[in-house]
Amino acid sequence: MSSVITRPQNEETFIEEDGYDDHFHDHHHGDKYQSNFITKYIFSMDHKMIAKQFLITGMFWAVIGAAMSLVFRLQLGFPAGDISWLEPFLGKWITMSADGVGSLSTEFYYAMVTMHGTILVFFVLTAGLSGTFSNLLIPLQVGARDMASPLLNMLSYWFFFLAGAVMFASLFLSTGPFSGGWTAYPPLSALPQASTGSGAGMTLWLVSLTLFVVSVLLGGINYVTTVLNLRTKGMSMWRLPLTIWAFFVTAIIGILSFPVLVSGFLLLMFDRGMGTSFYLSEIFIGGQALDHVGGSALLYQHLFWFLGHPEVYIIVLPAMGIVSEVLAVNARKPIFGYKAMVFSILAIAFLSFIVWAHHMFMSGVNPFISNFFVVFTLIIAVPSAVKVFNWISTLYRGSIRFNSASLFAIGFVSMFISGGLTGIWLGNSSIDIQLHDTYFVVAHFHIVMGVAAFFGMYSGVYHWYPKMYGRFMNETLGQIHFWGTIISAYAIFWPMHYLGMAGVPRRYYSFNNFDFTSQFGAMNAFITIAAFVAFAFQVLLIINFFYSMYKGKKMTTRNPYNATTLEWTTPIEGIHGNWPGKIPSVHRWAYDYGKFGEDAIAQYVPVSEAEAIADKELVH
Amino acid sequence: MSTTGLLSRNKIHPLRLALFISCGSILMMFGALTSAYIVRQSAGNWLEFDLPNLFYVSTGVLLLSSVTLQACYSAFGKGHVTLYRGLLALTLILGLSFVILQFQAWEAMFDAGLPLKGNPSPSFVYVLSGLHAAHVLGGLVSLVVAVIHGFRLPVLATPRRKLRLQLTLTYWHFMDFLWIYLLLFFVLQR
Repeated sequence: MSSVITRPQNEETFIEEDGYDDHFHDHHHGDKYQSNFITKYIFSMDHKMIAKQFLITGMFWAVIGAAMSLVFRLQLGFPAGDISWLEPFLGKWITMSADGVGSLSTEFYYAMVTMHGTILVFFVLTAGLSGTFSNLLIPLQVGARDMASPLLNMLSYWFFFLAGAVMFASLFLSTGPFSGGWTAYPPLSALPQASTGSGAGMTLWLVSLTLFVVSVLLGGINYVTTVLNLRTKGMSMWRLPLTIWAFFVTAIIGILSFPVLVSGFLLLMFDRGMGTSFYLSEIFIGGQALDHVGGSALLYQHLFWFLGHPEVYIIVLPAMGIVSEVLAVNARKPIFGYKAMVFSILAIAFLSFIVWAHHMFMSGVNPFISNFFVVFTLIIAVPSAVKVFNWISTLYRGSIRFNSASLFAIGFVSMFISGGLTGIWLGNSSIDIQLHDTYFVVAHFHIVMGVAAFFGMYSGVYHWYPKMYGRFMNETLGQIHFWGTIISAYAIFWPMHYLGMAGVPRRYYSFNNFDFTSQFGAMNAFITIAAFVAFAFQVLLIINFFYSMYKGKKMTTRNPYNATTLEWTTPIEGIHGNWPGKIPSVHRWAYDYGKFGEDAIAQYVPVSEAEAIADKELVH
Repeated sequence: MSTTGLLSRNKIHPLRLALFISCGSILMMFGALTSAYIVRQSAGNWLEFDLPNLFYVSTGVLLLSSVTLQACYSAFGKGHVTLYRGLLALTLILGLSFVILQFQAWEAMFDAGLPLKGNPSPSFVYVLSGLHAAHVLGGLVSLVVAVIHGFRLPVLATPRRKLRLQLTLTYWHFMDFLWIYLLLFFVLQR
């Protein structure tokens, strides 16, 4: 069949003819953004630079958070082992026995578990993932010069930085960072005298996370406004790539749920500092009755999980969007069921707000209320399954390019299935009686939103690295990174299901004293070794990332993957305002791969008469 | 404030849309606290008391300030310089009075034996009205900026300056709406 597609001869000159002229370059205001080192690299208002700032800060925190997990995994895997060699780093948190064997102090074990959760959930998988890719891709893919408010965007990064600085400082307190779990339930979080980390550590934790919420809100308001208001000519909502749909809905979820967390924190601050009794009821500490009366600890849990549950979708939806885009590009096929994908994202977002109490089945909420939450929790499996079906169908009979980006995208689907299925177990309040607060839960959420979200992020990093740095990452190292990571990640978390089914509780310092847990000593050692192996493979990524920045293969064409979306029409050297002249107009959706025998048709290519006729014939 | 990529095709200015979204975010924060109030109230051990009358006085002042700022905005559009400046200053005074009245209302509650500590019922009133007052302070900052602009700059209804005043106006109306919501909530949810 001779092609019915009429391609413009030259992309650049065509965009100058057909594109939308917003007179952006008439004003020359672009230069003031990048005129010196400070405005270009530090207080940058350019979304592409802010994206890199988010990514590299996220990487910093990922290393710290992962290193913490290694420290407490050492304790769990080798409880009798000598870790006095860690003393130069951890100082007094290593307690030395009389015969010179160093072991982790119990307080610091809890602090590490708490910080690992807080850092990974908020700093890495929220800011590092959504912050990076929303910033990089929203203006580029919708066809905008920058975010709606570059100033607020810059503030968003610097509030995140401040939040990180405060949290980082809390690691060095003489009483240690907060140690009551990343959920910060009262009374451990509400009473400064409750544990060593509950005093100054908790205060800094609260300050840090409040700053973090400001960052998320400033970012989210910008993302939503940009998507709704600054799309280029012809870019209707139904022509948006699925990445943008995912970031857009993620931002909405954040805007609606993070303020609720602040409300919860506000009452907590009053309980801590002003002596109110929102969360505190009759409590004795050290045999002394406190004068708090009439509070409800459950109230905090409701407020926390009203954010906490949507938060897991804030983490996983951007990964889903990235995976959809990367799979379509690398399977050379349109994403299967585009509209079903969008409606699934919307359904997941809606349902995420009415399932929070499934985190509280065992906390004494009314069992009849639990039923309601069980039903809606299980319904989330439907849009999730639709998405999985569509990803697999997109791959089916595709001409798949197996590169690092697409391998991590496929790995994401694998992880999402493995972790998603156990979610159906845990969503049942009756099964939860056995499984709640066990390693089964740890395995479930690490696979479905920890590892899976990381895979989505890695996929995005490998795929859009050329867009960020004008060079490619090393492909061989990337594939070694993938295979090493997927095998070691399963090796860490798969065995945890068996621990959990046997009732091994999470957050315990040691399992030596109980028969039903001490039998898993070998398995715990295996998990710890796997965790170290997994960490080693991530070092490979970091080396690859920074090495490729200077020595990677140079990007020579604008559109190296022959993709359809608008970011690949911008110059290789990212410029302020993204397009040197006019903004391209959009004439079709983002997934015209393999149409009428054409490998890919970019979004700015107009629909010719012949194509329109052929389209109609296709429908009938 | 820069607005790169502002397309003339926009039906609503991006910053105005951003402000609406922020208002939605603030609303969620207050919605969460009033929900917490209901949940805690239904658990029993709940002190019932009458709100101090000063809250009703402050409500009137805040409502009036919304009216004056709206009139100020239309006077600005029509170029009535004296009216615009006068109403702007009046709004600022009314806004400040509102915060002072709220403070006095808290003092009245304290004097009536309803401290911040103790039964959560009055604590909630302190926290909710206090959080609202904090947001009003934010609005007052933008009003002060508007007043400085109003008296220092020539009165010209350029799109940029109209937008600035409109953003202040939108936020101020939202503060008004939020307080009405809280007051009705306190009165009806006894």
